[in-house]
Amino acid sequence: MTDILNAIVALSNFVLVPGAAYGAQLALGALGVTLIYGILRFSNFAHGDTMAFGTMATILVTWGLQSIGISFGFLPTALIALPIGIAITGLLLLGTDRAIYRFYRKQKAAPVVLVIVSIGVMFVMNGLVRFIIGVGDVNFADGARFVINAREFKEMTGLDEGLAIRTTTLITLVTAAIAVALLFWFLNKTRTGKSMRAFSDNEDLALLSGINPERVVAVTWLIVAALATTAGVLYGLDKSFKAFTYFQLLLPIFAAAIVGGLGNPLGAIAGGFVIAFSEVLITYAWKKVLVYAMPESLEPSGLVQLLSTDYKFAVSFAILIIVLLFKPTGLFKGQSV
Amino acid sequence: MTARGFLLYAGMALLIVLTGMFQGWNLALTILNMGLISAIMSLGVNLQWGFAGLFNVGVMGFVALGGLAAVLVAQPPVTEGWNAGGLRLLGALALGAAILVGAVQVWKRKIGGSMRALVMLALLIGGFFLFRASLDPAVQAIEAINPSLSGYLGGLGLPIIVAWPVGGLLAAGAAWIIGKAALGLRSDYLAIATLGIAEIVIAVLKNEDWLSRGVKNVVGLPRPVPYEVDLQRDPGFVEAAAGYGLDPVTASTLWVKILYSGLFAVVLIVILFLAQRALASPWGRMMRAIRDNEVAASAMGKNVTARHLQVFILGSAVCGIAGAMMTTLDGQLTPGSYQPLRFTFLVWVMVIVGGSGNNYGAVLGGFLIWWLWVMVEPLGLWAMELITSGMSPDNWLRGHLTDSAAQMRLMTMGIILLAVLRFSPKGLMPER
Amino acid sequence: MAEPHLIGEAMTGGYGRGADILHGCTLSVDKGEIAVIVGPNGAGKSTAMKAVFGMLNLREGAVRIGGEDITHLSPQDRVAKGMAFVPQTSNIFPSMTVEENLEMGAFLRRDDIRPTIEQVYDLFPILRDKRRQAAGELSGGQRQQVAVGRALMTQPSVLMLDEPTAGVSPIVMDELFDRIIEVARAGITILMVEQNARQALEIADTGYVLVQGANAYTGTGAELMADDEVRRTFLGG
Repeated sequence: MTDILNAIVALSNFVLVPGAAYGAQLALGALGVTLIYGILRFSNFAHGDTMAFGTMATILVTWGLQSIGISFGFLPTALIALPIGIAITGLLLLGTDRAIYRFYRKQKAAPVVLVIVSIGVMFVMNGLVRFIIGVGDVNFADGARFVINAREFKEMTGLDEGLAIRTTTLITLVTAAIAVALLFWFLNKTRTGKSMRAFSDNEDLALLSGINPERVVAVTWLIVAALATTAGVLYGLDKSFKAFTYFQLLLPIFAAAIVGGLGNPLGAIAGGFVIAFSEVLITYAWKKVLVYAMPESLEPSGLVQLLSTDYKFAVSFAILIIVLLFKPTGLFKGQSV
Repeated sequence: MTARGFLLYAGMALLIVLTGMFQGWNLALTILNMGLISAIMSLGVNLQWGFAGLFNVGVMGFVALGGLAAVLVAQPPVTEGWNAGGLRLLGALALGAAILVGAVQVWKRKIGGSMRALVMLALLIGGFFLFRASLDPAVQAIEAINPSLSGYLGGLGLPIIVAWPVGGLLAAGAAWIIGKAALGLRSDYLAIATLGIAEIVIAVLKNEDWLSRGVKNVVGLPRPVPYEVDLQRDPGFVEAAAGYGLDPVTASTLWVKILYSGLFAVVLIVILFLAQRALASPWGRMMRAIRDNEVAASAMGKNVTARHLQVFILGSAVCGIAGAMMTTLDGQLTPGSYQPLRFTFLVWVMVIVGGSGNNYGAVLGGFLIWWLWVMVEPLGLWAMELITSGMSPDNWLRGHLTDSAAQMRLMTMGIILLAVLRFSPKGLMPER
Repeated sequence: MAEPHLIGEAMTGGYGRGADILHGCTLSVDKGEIAVIVGPNGAGKSTAMKAVFGMLNLREGAVRIGGEDITHLSPQDRVAKGMAFVPQTSNIFPSMTVEENLEMGAFLRRDDIRPTIEQVYDLFPILRDKRRQAAGELSGGQRQQVAVGRALMTQPSVLMLDEPTAGVSPIVMDELFDRIIEVARAGITILMVEQNARQALEIADTGYVLVQGANAYTGTGAELMADDEVRRTFLGG
């Protein structure tokens, strides 16, 4: 019986908890991608670098706060800095839209042109981040490291396996839940939010109904700034900040958005967790769990790791291909333009 | 080519000559050589994007496969490795392939819905464990042999020039697989799919030490041209160098680079010639017709997906050839150095700036953007020093700005891309 | 006699810079009446209606509503002037609920829209039952009801319908026509384009037969139905 409990605890510690945190981060990222797709109708390759920019802005504000002696108790100071980071990112995105994207929108350019334009934006944002904060690893998590650490858990329960819950994990889950709840409340209950959904559904009819497209687009960019910055800061708190890692997040984020159905916010969340858990499950060395769960005679000798962690991109990719082959509009019905 | 084209090419040549005069011929030739390779990559992407409107952002993967080909073809075989587990490993790979083919065959059978999926799933999952069970011991045996120096199977020991077409073939094979899955879907799905395959190729190169030594790198690849030290020992060469007033060391470095330029130029000219012929042929016209109006072309009975697959494979093969050439030039395969911004998106900047749909434009873009990519760093540093010259030497901002000048590259490339898209969307040399 | 509520007078123009499609076409409807545009394929029926709604540039002619010249207003501004338009296709927000579709129709209004929603539900009772359902999941006829309901939410004085019965069954078509008559009785001016010329002319106060972008025949619905020439050429005997 204790063996089973130990197995469950080990599974939670190494798979479920980290998977849930990663899934929440991906879901927030994918929500941004899916909103841009639904409203502006292109796949934004600059999204990873938007996340990097937002995180960088938040880090800079955090440093500023820390230097004047402000902290947030056992919570990371970055949480106080987050709203300011979002505001800065929002300004950047609105500026980008005005200077770059609006021109192509007026021309009614093909989506693929906008994708290429977003690649240009990606270069600039990436360069901007590297220019300002450099390419190194930045660790900006402060406050308490653990809500409960492995030793405390073992003492508390008397089990051999510990369950460590890091503060950042808990913050990730809580913040993501709040962000998603706010987003859905906004989209489903407010006039502006409904007008965004209407615009995404049927642009021409939205115009006929008197919905102002420029306002919808501006609100979308602001929401995307909030989602991207939050996702980036949570990811950075959980791991660490490095400009290049954020660029690489583009692949799992897109995979999540497409798996869920591009343009469908609910799908983006589901997709984020599907991708995150598949990555963690397939690259986790199962030996520890199996040692407890299996009778002694069947205990595995190797690590029982299906794929090395470096193949985590392969996992998102494989899921993406499977979904594209069998259900091209995604698990939840997305748009196809 | 138009008069404008000649002018642009002359300007490009002038840039390289000026670089040679002011910053040394060694640098100029280095830029020229990578420029030639970049031009070939750019031609490959232009085949896909300019001819057919296919959005491939997996260039890096195809380039890396070309690099792998250089190792597999030119390195001497590691006999101990082969004895330790070479055949077992090949057997395991064959088993893996057979399982995949089997799964596809099951899927193609028209038998009752859920049964078919279950059988396929069982085959794939069971097959995966079987595959790992037969692969892992072989891999361990091979990687255990002298890991600091080899620990891999090596290659075939053939001349490295052979690797160039082989690199094209490897890339073509990968393109066939990815094309089968993602072509016929929306353009941005193809983009994400190619982005993914590129990351996977790099992951394989980094992790499968038995294949490519992973992050331990394969160094000292054989060369198609003589070594500098050999030239310096050759009295005839030293004498000829002295005739030009050059010391043997400088002369040998330059001569080796010139030989590479010659080889690369031949490949570029052949591919450019073929691409031009293809563009003007009925096949090329059909490609462009499909690009401009897919619906109309398919209504006229053209098999759009099959044509797309063709051109996707061809373009990727060209990128693979360029990748093999690049690894040859470097003399080493370093999987850790492949970065999408440098090997995928920079090539896209080349194509767009040069002029998508125009082969000469793509080649020009390859040279120009590569030249800029190299020159932006010193220029950026110079600009930063100019800007900060008024500040005191220990000013924090001054230090930060000069340190970060190296990061100006990406921003500059982004701004160039955005400016071209906005003000001259057809590029320097428009399609027509 | 006072000027008709809606009048598109001697309209000439086409899409963008293309050739003219309309050649001096005139359409007018009195308050609370139904005008129907019929004619062969490619006669410019939908184009004429879009011209009235400002979706293409007129080179000559004018559009007036209630005596006010709106020739140079954008479609959005014409909505504010009391015009409502139901396009032939994609005329609903498919992923939104029926009620949200109606709310979006009233996007420009800042007053209480509940009474108007109730009026729409009274007109189309089935929509009341389905108000929480996504509009895209409804049947073809129900979607058309949503589309008309959405257009009515601005409390327009003019309702324009582009082939409202395209693709619905004959029974649903009769039902829709009944509803349209009811809307007209409430004092709303109706201008519509119809493929089903015979049934449409039966409910029309005025009928316009267009040929090649110009008025060929004009009269009350009954007159046109009685006209041998019109019957032979356009109504199939």
